[in-house]
Amino acid sequence: MSIHELLGPEGPEIGCEECFERLDEYVELELEGADADRRVPGMLEHLQGCPACREEHDSLRDLLREPT
Amino acid sequence: MSDAYPKMIATVSEPATSTRDWVAELRGPDSEPAVAELHALLLRAARFELSRRRGQLAHLQRHDVDDLANQSADDALLAVLAKLDEFAGRSRFTTWAYKFALLEAAVKARRRAWHTREIVTDHELWPEPRDPGRSAQERLEERELMDALRDAIADTLTPNQREVFTALALNGVPVDVLAEERGTTRGALYKTLHDARRKLRAALAAGGHIAEGSS
Repeated sequence: MSIHELLGPEGPEIGCEECFERLDEYVELELEGADADRRVPGMLEHLQGCPACREEHDSLRDLLREPT
Repeated sequence: MSDAYPKMIATVSEPATSTRDWVAELRGPDSEPAVAELHALLLRAARFELSRRRGQLAHLQRHDVDDLANQSADDALLAVLAKLDEFAGRSRFTTWAYKFALLEAAVKARRRAWHTREIVTDHELWPEPRDPGRSAQERLEERELMDALRDAIADTLTPNQREVFTALALNGVPVDVLAEERGTTRGALYKTLHDARRKLRAALAAGGHIAEGSS
């Protein structure tokens, strides 16, 4: 575990509630190749600092990329 | 996290051109088919999440995992139906709905995986470093930094911040698991962690252990 991981992201970040609220929008923007981080400021930093939200982000992204 | 993703959203999502009005169907007088279809989609998402966590759930029987998936889909369906007013159309409806199923399944899986494990909140008990294969100089610098961090944890954090930082950051306790144990919310705990990290970063910078404005 690095000091960077322990201390988390430096920049401003949104909280878990707002992360959940905007996760669907953020992931679709990512998958469309749009600038998700500009459209949802603070999301990237939160995902770097919050393992649980990061896992759910990765799951939603990967689920949407799954073939049916 | 927006690097190198394919431009096309794959087939589990609705087509970008879909004009299906899920909200109207779910609120309409004959909502049963739409509700059943939504439940099936949520169950698929819950199973997807649990299959990613099969290592964590290796101690469960297959039918227990199936029960967990069904409970997750049921709870997600209730959440989606209760929050239809909050769907703002910023994504496809199915993408919005999936996140509830993924959340329910992830939270249930984390709690199952941790329910027999001890939640360490004593900041004197540090986990072993995960990367011992570094040079002697690097290990020395790392140890000095960690000693400074240990002092900052003891000197600058409130008891609550100390316990939350120790559990979440040092020992990797999932935030939902700690939230359940403490009868609080994930958001409140993360805010505590965030405040603790800010104090620690400031203390380490003031002591010259890290550069100002870095972690």
